[in-house]
Amino acid sequence: MKISDIKALLNADVVCGEENLGHDVFSACGSDMMSDVLAYVKDQAVLLTGLVNSQVIRTAEMMDMVCIVFVRSKKPTADMIELARESGIVLMTTEKRMYEACGLLYKSGLVGNGVHHE
Amino acid sequence: MKRAVCFIRAGSSETEFIMSESLRFHFDVNGQSFTSAGQASVQVKKNLRELGIPAEAIRRVSIAMYEGEINMVIHAHGGEADVIVYEDRIVIILNDHGPGIPNIELAMKEGYSTAPDNIRSLGFGAGMGLPNMKRYTDDMKIETELGKGTCITMTVKF
Ligand SMILES: Nc1ncnc2c1ncn2[C@@H]1O[C@H](COP(=O)(O)OP(=O)(O)O)[C@@H](O)[C@H]1O
Ligand SMILES: [Mg+2]
Repeated sequence: MKISDIKALLNADVVCGEENLGHDVFSACGSDMMSDVLAYVKDQAVLLTGLVNSQVIRTAEMMDMVCIVFVRSKKPTADMIELARESGIVLMTTEKRMYEACGLLYKSGLVGNGVHHE
Repeated sequence: MKRAVCFIRAGSSETEFIMSESLRFHFDVNGQSFTSAGQASVQVKKNLRELGIPAEAIRRVSIAMYEGEINMVIHAHGGEADVIVYEDRIVIILNDHGPGIPNIELAMKEGYSTAPDNIRSLGFGAGMGLPNMKRYTDDMKIETELGKGTCITMTVKF
């Protein structure tokens, strides 16, 4: 799946990283707890979250995640957008709630595949 | 350790090149600001990329250091972080002057946390930090003294 497919499926607005919409994503993770996200390793993943602060961007960056979707119309701050731009992470917002957003992506073939790194 | 011949500046960190033996990055971690917590880890990630360290090793260092850096800010009023790059491994040393950890075995348990609710609402305090640090590194040593502070040394081999 491409990041542009996520945008379409979730009817999302892209906040930054428009130039990277053609990148592939292979897995996804939905959480408001950053340590739970950090416990999960998978390449080229997208993060869905309702949490809005700079640590969301840094967490995604540490994990080499390529895209963050803010659910329930949450808007990232200017500082967050700046951080995301520096690392080429696509930010988008959707009106959908977490459960529905995850369900739509899962149904379209983007499965979680969460694994603990042992 | 043989001492440096050349000094280079990398972002806000001081980078000291110690001839053929190792490369060291040093950071002061500000304990007053949750918003800036993690800056050192972001910088280390950039530096390691520039050095051409394998991506998987960089990710393991990044995650372990980031969890440790957040812990220093939320549990220990900040401290210092040092990252030393050797030919085959990276050593991360996180040193703080916080309250210390009364029971390391308990602190290492998944889900155990003393973080207050306001920290949880910021996305941390799930009690997964120390277990994540252990999981992502090849070696982790915790030295702690109540009322004095904590020093965590982690090694990632590549
Ligand atoms: N640097 C530190 N100084 C003092 N206490 C710490 C430190 N790091 C961790 N702890 C203690 O260990 C517990 C578990 O840490 P961790 O697994 O990172 O979970 P969390 O940070 O989510 O609480 C913390 O809640 C805290 O009580
Ligand atoms: Mg922690």
